[in-house]
Amino acid sequence: MNVLLGIGGSEDSFRALDKTIDRAQEAGDSLTVAILENPDSDPDPDDLAERARTALEDAGLTPDVHVLEGHAGSQLVDFAEREGHELIVLGGGETSPLGKVQLGSIAEFVLLNATVSVTLVR
Amino acid sequence: MSRIYPDEVAGPYDPPPRSLTDKAGRDIEIRRFEDDMEALVSMYLDFDPEDRAQGIPPTTDEQIREWLDTIVTEAGVNVIAWHDGDAVGHATLVPDFDDNEGTEGLDEFELAIFVLAEYQESGIGSQLITALLGAGRAEEIDRVWLTVERWNHAAVALYEKVGFEPSDTGSFELEMGAKLR
Repeated sequence: MNVLLGIGGSEDSFRALDKTIDRAQEAGDSLTVAILENPDSDPDPDDLAERARTALEDAGLTPDVHVLEGHAGSQLVDFAEREGHELIVLGGGETSPLGKVQLGSIAEFVLLNATVSVTLVR
Repeated sequence: MSRIYPDEVAGPYDPPPRSLTDKAGRDIEIRRFEDDMEALVSMYLDFDPEDRAQGIPPTTDEQIREWLDTIVTEAGVNVIAWHDGDAVGHATLVPDFDDNEGTEGLDEFELAIFVLAEYQESGIGSQLITALLGAGRAEEIDRVWLTVERWNHAAVALYEKVGFEPSDTGSFELEMGAKLR
């Protein structure tokens, strides 16, 4: 399957990176990673891209990493449709001190707007 | 990202204990948590899965105990509604250690309230939540926040009635805040 993973630097996006790489190795998926501007976290996009490239190479996958500028959710949906991805994968949210699942703003936008399937990694 | 809180103090409300007769004529006692863990576990095992919100409460005995261990702590505030010796409602304030303003933690608390299905819409929820806010004020807690699913109109109305105001309107979950002191 042709999979697009979006990461913006939040904790749940790193968890999604690890799990999606594991899954891609098992299933033989073609994996592309998009670096997103997450308004709720602020790591440098180039550092994020480097981290993703390293993780993909370490797993023996092609380091296909793109930095998307601008509104994260819409850029990701647009990129997936343009490039023919069949699945968008995102971090599935953080948990509050009480243990409530709190979905990130990017995931909300993508869920409501994507025309391809979306997986949220918990 | 710092939360917005109302200028007005919520209440102030009286802390527990409280006694009331609910709309179904049942005698209800509201008290602070004291070594009532097994009663709480029983209550959550009876909890209707339909009433779960945002992944809590968990469903299995083991998950319920693990979750309660993280929220029922010395640093938090827990209030229980009792009927005939059984816990039928639980409201909690959990310290939010993830402080975004660079000051020490513990100045903001997350609130949640759970009432068993057959005790809902009987006036217990508003008594339980105001008792919790009274207990929180007595513990010198200043600010309380919560998130609620936007479509849960009954819950949103209850939170507004007791002094919460929306603080973040941009998502599926509505965030609300209240000032206790």
